[in-house]
Amino acid sequence: MTIRTEPRRVARPLAPGREVTDALVVAPSQTTAGRARGVAPLRREGPEKLTGEAKYADDLVFPGAWYGATIRSTEAHARLLALDRDDGFDWSAVVLVTAADIPGDNVVSLISDDQPVLVPVGGEIQHHAEPLALLAAADRATLRAASHAIRPRTERLVPVFDPLASEHVFAHYEIGAGDVERGFAEAELVLEGTYRVGHQEQLYIENNAMIAVPRDDGGVTVHGSLQCPYYVHKALKRSLRLSDAQARVVQAETGGGFGGKEEYPSILAIHAALLARRCGRRVRMIYDRHEDIAATTKRHPAVVTHRTGIRRDGTLVAQDIDVVMDGGAYCTLTPVVLSRGALHAGGPYRCPNVRIRARATRTNTPPNGAFRGFGAPQTQFAAETHLNRVAETLDLSPLEIRRRNVYRPGDQTPTGQRLRESVAGEEVLERAAEAAEFERLRERTRRARVARGAAGPGATPLATAHDRTATGIGLALAWHGAGFTGSGEVKLASVVSLELTPAGAIRILTASTEMGQGTKTIFPQLVADALGVPYEAVEIAPQDTAFVPDSGPTVASRTAMVVGGLLLQAAARLRGRVEEATGGAFAETYPAWAAVNGPVRIDQRFEPYPGVHFDDETYRGDAYPAYGWAACVATVEVDLDTGEVSVLDVVAADDVGRVIHPVLAEGQVEGGTLQAVGYATIEEMKLEDGRYLNDRLATYLIPTALDAPRITSILVEAPFSGAPHGAKGVGELPMDVGAPAVVAAIHDAVGVWIHDLPATPERILAALGVTARPEEPGREGTAPAVRAATDAADTAREVREPIRAGTDPRPEARTDPLPLRGPQPEGEPDWPSEDDR
Amino acid sequence: MPAEPPIEVPRSLAEAFAILAAAPHRPVAGGTDVLVQIAGELGPPPERVIDLWRLDELRGIGLEGDTLALGALTTYTEIRRSAVCLEHLPALVDAAATIGAAQIQNRGTLGGNIANASPAGDSLPVLLAMDAEIVVGGVRGEQTIPARDFWVAYRRTALQPDELVLRVRIPLVARREIRFRKVGTRRAQAISKVVMALAWRSSPGDGGWSDVRVALGSVAATPIRATATEAVLDGAAPTAETAERAAATLAAEIQPIDDVRSTADYRRVVAARVLHRLVRDAGGW
Repeated sequence: MTIRTEPRRVARPLAPGREVTDALVVAPSQTTAGRARGVAPLRREGPEKLTGEAKYADDLVFPGAWYGATIRSTEAHARLLALDRDDGFDWSAVVLVTAADIPGDNVVSLISDDQPVLVPVGGEIQHHAEPLALLAAADRATLRAASHAIRPRTERLVPVFDPLASEHVFAHYEIGAGDVERGFAEAELVLEGTYRVGHQEQLYIENNAMIAVPRDDGGVTVHGSLQCPYYVHKALKRSLRLSDAQARVVQAETGGGFGGKEEYPSILAIHAALLARRCGRRVRMIYDRHEDIAATTKRHPAVVTHRTGIRRDGTLVAQDIDVVMDGGAYCTLTPVVLSRGALHAGGPYRCPNVRIRARATRTNTPPNGAFRGFGAPQTQFAAETHLNRVAETLDLSPLEIRRRNVYRPGDQTPTGQRLRESVAGEEVLERAAEAAEFERLRERTRRARVARGAAGPGATPLATAHDRTATGIGLALAWHGAGFTGSGEVKLASVVSLELTPAGAIRILTASTEMGQGTKTIFPQLVADALGVPYEAVEIAPQDTAFVPDSGPTVASRTAMVVGGLLLQAAARLRGRVEEATGGAFAETYPAWAAVNGPVRIDQRFEPYPGVHFDDETYRGDAYPAYGWAACVATVEVDLDTGEVSVLDVVAADDVGRVIHPVLAEGQVEGGTLQAVGYATIEEMKLEDGRYLNDRLATYLIPTALDAPRITSILVEAPFSGAPHGAKGVGELPMDVGAPAVVAAIHDAVGVWIHDLPATPERILAALGVTARPEEPGREGTAPAVRAATDAADTAREVREPIRAGTDPRPEARTDPLPLRGPQPEGEPDWPSEDDR
Repeated sequence: MPAEPPIEVPRSLAEAFAILAAAPHRPVAGGTDVLVQIAGELGPPPERVIDLWRLDELRGIGLEGDTLALGALTTYTEIRRSAVCLEHLPALVDAAATIGAAQIQNRGTLGGNIANASPAGDSLPVLLAMDAEIVVGGVRGEQTIPARDFWVAYRRTALQPDELVLRVRIPLVARREIRFRKVGTRRAQAISKVVMALAWRSSPGDGGWSDVRVALGSVAATPIRATATEAVLDGAAPTAETAERAAATLAAEIQPIDDVRSTADYRRVVAARVLHRLVRDAGGW
């Protein structure tokens, strides 16, 4: 269901003293409305994928190619003393590459130069599964034998696993507005809470894969599964000391990325290229799932603490937020992830006094990196869960407290950005609540709680209550900055090209990749629409750095908004040029004109959005040119015996600015929602000595089709005037709201707040006082008997302490002791955090 | 690339017995456990493998008087589709339906689940609760081993190296009720955190229970029967008091561990609560 938002009077009473304003500034009619947009042409690459014709990296045939493998560390922190080789092995059958063989810089080029391509002898191993050496052989059996014949000799160093204790800070930010202490002094209530989230694996359907082909000019061409051809290009040039032309990067068909193929393909491409260069042959490096999960990046774990001052009417007056993210062993994209997390940490709410302090630190665990949402899901899970707790303490509906605080046009964010247009938080909130019948169902679940209380004795730790299940409904709201943070787009200065050949072919040239989200479909749609030609008339060139310009990475939901906008501008120029020359409509005249005047190529470079300014030094100004807005209502059923959660139903309302392809846009909402449901309920990496314990598909579980809720997606259009089509991006929005909505629904069902993701049955029963509390997410195991589980390694152990008597899980009871406080006098605050355990 | 051990493919049971008598081989039926172990290099690969898939003598589900016999090569799909199983052993059908995905159910076998001896094998508590007998054999002849004596230690069985699991015999008992409950991380394709089968016979007079069996998986090194808990339920009626005593007894009786799927405490408490629920449902209170 797509809803075009109209400027309209808001009938509801707003917060006291606030003027009733128009919800939106830009009307839909002010932006393009064409033939291609709004209909749903077939995906360009869809038929090939469906019929198995599509060529993913592992499907590409390169005769004579050797197989490559990576020798990895098995320790979290150590000094590499030597790589001992077994003398009994015939080393002439393989090639070995170590750090000494790297012709250029031993650095995976990204933000910081801290990550080596291979740990050098004498260097420090910083995480489990870190690459130490590379091997290639003509066949897999030889390769396997060789990898068993090489042994790293190391000296163990003391590892750091606790991000709160780590003294190595990758990045820190402080964002502030107003005067927080004065805000708390004005507050009638103060609520505190700490929220923790763990690692999440992207679990794209295709593992990381790269094939390197040596070139006659001494360079290398790589074919691989990747999101950002020019990131890989830059990294290859630096480590192999190559010119622009000597490094060529070709995207193979890519089976999903979700951010997991934003930075990792760079190191894999360098590895494959080093081996190819060493043996003078093509080399294939195709990870299996175990290696991919064990070694590649995850979503950053985070610990977020909120202290919020509120008036009794629900108005926010102060937010003091502390964010700590675990960067893992190397910097990768951590400063940018942290930045986005910090900028979104308050949630989409007006608050005059805000202080957000954020830092990311190093631990001896595999590096964390980009993942759909990029820091915002972590901090907004905390913000939304905290706001839901605020609403509960005030006895306000979760819907009502949001109505009173959500950003409206004219409001100012903590960075001092005035939200001038395309502000649709209220719109998505009302649409989702209305479609889900939120208040009516919430009343029904309340009555069911009362009835459960009257049905007989409640559950005890070892006895069930009358009802086996309880249903709950929960709500969450979020914003998501569209495109790159701060001055990112200005620095990138992305370029797209549009070609018209003498034969009359119209061809799009961009580096934006297709990884399942629809790039190859929406770009021709947009260009066809702008030129007034059929969708089929527009071609798209392969994502190959030999042909396409650097239109930036395919990340941050920027493809439709930024790169799509550039294509529309290029198309307008091409159309203008042809129509000026011919005096006729482009669609009728371009074939004849091109035959005489072609080829023509239009290059379009990004120009800053007018009126958008950000200061990276002070963190003041327009952090994003516009924001997307998302609301989610989740309905869950909790098994009261076991704590198992079934997410039954999700209503998602997402403002994407402008819908280009309704089916693909809904697909993004549905996929993102399911990924968020997994994050909320079951997806958790467990660690021991810095190693992921569940690094296989048998043990890292994501939702199956049976676990998927019914999803209703409502697409709201509040266009952004800076982009010619008004689009703001869609991919990440649903990731921000799913988890807090599910956790709120669990609370509605059973009456306890789950502060840590995922909200596993173990955590739910612990919160109900039935069992002991499991480990914190994203942290080293504290339980003594955590061990690798390849299947069911359940061996009997000593009897541990008897079951602790818990409290009766009365659904009506609030579980936070003393969450509510009046303003405190000067001096040391004396209240205990409810998270003391 | 993992190692590929040599494979024998016998065409008859006699041939299979002879191969096993000559040298130990790792038996493979559907391969759903062994192939994962080899491909994932989970532990040393088997030195030699014997592929049992063509031994049709080990297939089939049939009634033999008061006993239901299932060949060792009976797949989970066959169990799910069997009218005989649906009528007499619905709990086994329930268990088969929770194991893996459709592809796994097409290849995975009951005999494989038994011989693989995972403490999380989902069919095994059902076999324990139904007093199943496991018929094994080799060149030295056949013998019948009660299920409760079959899994002797973590992933170890009473099978000798030259023996195969041939079939399972399940006595059909009048007025026996059986319930199955699996608690896993997700609704399909999950290894269990706790799995339980509860069986009993109701007295037609006072509704009291007899021949109670409480069998569990994933809470010990092997699939187990909770005999102290059975004693609490035996001779009692399914009242609230009985359920509470049984749940408390079970929580004290089992000694689960923390692992990557769950915690010891959760397993212990949830096993007790699942039992409490099953008794409550049976008592109708």
